[in-house]
Amino acid sequence: MIRFLIKGLLRDRSRSLFPVLMVSAGAFLTVFLYSFMKGTMDDLISSNAKFDTGHVKIMTRAYEEMAEQTPNDLALLGINGLLEKLRSSERNIVWTPRIRFGGLLDIPDERGETRAQGPVMGLGVDLLSPESREKDILNLESGLVRGRLPQKKNEILISEEFAKKLGMEIGEVATLIGSTMNGAMAMHNFKVSGTVRFGITVMDRGAVIADIKDVQSALDMEDGASEIVGYSENMYYDDDNMLALTQRFNDQFSRDDDEFSPLMLSLSQHSGMGEYLDLVDVFGGIIVLIFVVVMSIVLWNSGLINGLRRYGEIGVRLAMGEPKGSLYRWMIYESIIIGFIGSILGTVFGLGISYYLQYTGIDFAAMLQKSTMLISNVIRARVTGWSYVIGFVPGLVASVVGTMFAGIGIYRRQTSQLFKELEV
Amino acid sequence: MRKLILPILLINYALVYGQEPSGKAILEKVDENYTAENHRATSTMVIKGRRATRTLQAESWIEGVNKAFTEYLSPAREKGTKMLKIGDELWIYSPSTDRTIKIAGHLLKRSVMGSDLSYEDYMEDPRLSNIYNAKLTGEEKIDERNCYVLELTGKKDDVAYYRRKMWVDKERYLPLKEELFAKSGKLLKRLVIKEVFKVEGRWYPKRMVFKDVLKSGAGTEFIIDSIEFDVEIPEYIFSKAALRK
Repeated sequence: MIRFLIKGLLRDRSRSLFPVLMVSAGAFLTVFLYSFMKGTMDDLISSNAKFDTGHVKIMTRAYEEMAEQTPNDLALLGINGLLEKLRSSERNIVWTPRIRFGGLLDIPDERGETRAQGPVMGLGVDLLSPESREKDILNLESGLVRGRLPQKKNEILISEEFAKKLGMEIGEVATLIGSTMNGAMAMHNFKVSGTVRFGITVMDRGAVIADIKDVQSALDMEDGASEIVGYSENMYYDDDNMLALTQRFNDQFSRDDDEFSPLMLSLSQHSGMGEYLDLVDVFGGIIVLIFVVVMSIVLWNSGLINGLRRYGEIGVRLAMGEPKGSLYRWMIYESIIIGFIGSILGTVFGLGISYYLQYTGIDFAAMLQKSTMLISNVIRARVTGWSYVIGFVPGLVASVVGTMFAGIGIYRRQTSQLFKELEV
Repeated sequence: MRKLILPILLINYALVYGQEPSGKAILEKVDENYTAENHRATSTMVIKGRRATRTLQAESWIEGVNKAFTEYLSPAREKGTKMLKIGDELWIYSPSTDRTIKIAGHLLKRSVMGSDLSYEDYMEDPRLSNIYNAKLTGEEKIDERNCYVLELTGKKDDVAYYRRKMWVDKERYLPLKEELFAKSGKLLKRLVIKEVFKVEGRWYPKRMVFKDVLKSGAGTEFIIDSIEFDVEIPEYIFSKAALRK
């Protein structure tokens, strides 16, 4: 039966080509859009997790309220003790302290006068401890453009774009002018050991990375940090696990009546990030829904046109005594074959271009010049298990549903009128 | 008799209010108290932050209204930090970096050593009558002392605080309280003089509390430990070279 149907479809291309093309186009768009959106959202979440939120982040309650202003006067104190407790009680999490700071980077000339100066955002991370995983988390080695990573005290990495703007060379001294934890002006000399390209516009515009101990010394924050971030060992974010960890920690350490007590937030609890995660979950569903509805309408319309074109054929078959139900089922079988072939073709093309964009990506750097979001300049698609089925099933369903609507016309044909119609 | 009432009232009004100095005259007398040919002072600043209290000591040399030099003596972290003001320029020297940085633009709004004072406050012309128009708006009592209430409005738009309200001791011509406002009318800072002392024939604040109302914490107490007027100050003090000495 299937061979018979396929032969019919192949021989009558107007019955197969257009619907197959329609289903293919729909499946292709669904697979591609889903994979590209998945890639974009994953990048946004991953960049934020690496540079900002971690999988979990601990701050003081007071700091958390004004976190966007990086109020280091409200930072965590006694972090060494807290880290020790965390590392012994939550062994499957990588814990690392960080200090965020802002200020001016001032480059002196040979007389010590200002030669160049620019606003800078900084991150103090554990770069020099042998057990630290920060270099990997922040992809510093792969992002290195010139020089080397900091290996000694008071060495910093600076974004390549910012270094070029200030006319800085490797080995030069740069003075950080910022604020101490007490709000006093802080001045600290660093030596530029290397330049790095973060691939994130907001950081490439002007960011420095220094060892946390140097930053503690510069900002008068001994045994203090803006935050402690935690990552799961495999670097995969599991919301349920992290929410459970957050609950455990806050029950033990956080107190409502102490604004300087630590408060842990999971990535999804940070402002906006939960919505992004939810969006990723529902986005596939939204695409599928749109695809099924739109495609069904298009294929319904196509079926109706086809029905008109096959008016005579259906009439003859009914006149010859073929039951309406049987004819309707034959059309559904045809649509299943069309949907199957179209969905496979669309999925293959969609996966092909998605895989291509997973490796090459699209460079949006020019559009992100004023961006303040932690998102990569090169946005890549991401092919997941869902990418393989997200276009296939709706393609099949849309094709069948469209035909089911169009085929209803068969039941409206009156046997008594058939020969009259055929005479015409 | 009725014809005499109006002239009597006018004479009475003239006697009572004619003796009141104008706002401008009061402000000039305040300036006379505050400014001198030159002076040298040692001071203590107690900064009561949201989390901790810090105490800093400094020595200052001031000449007229255009030149000032301050060196921090303690705590150890700030020791040797120096500030130099010449005209409308300000430099800060950090001994740990051996760098001298010019403070300009938005840096002027930053807090001095984490206190409730900004570099802009440090740069302000101490002779207020040069930069403000003063209007006497009434009289009030502050800590049982009779005070004139002055309303000061900036002569130019670029003053740090466009409007100030000042309570001036009627007898000592020393402001006992000040409120500093932005042009929008928003209260920015409050200054209360808690203690005064007489030095070389003039009344001078001994202990005052600055409060930046936009900042958390209990304010900054500024204490004059010692002050000498009309002392000899070597000229090199007011040079950039002195910062690195």
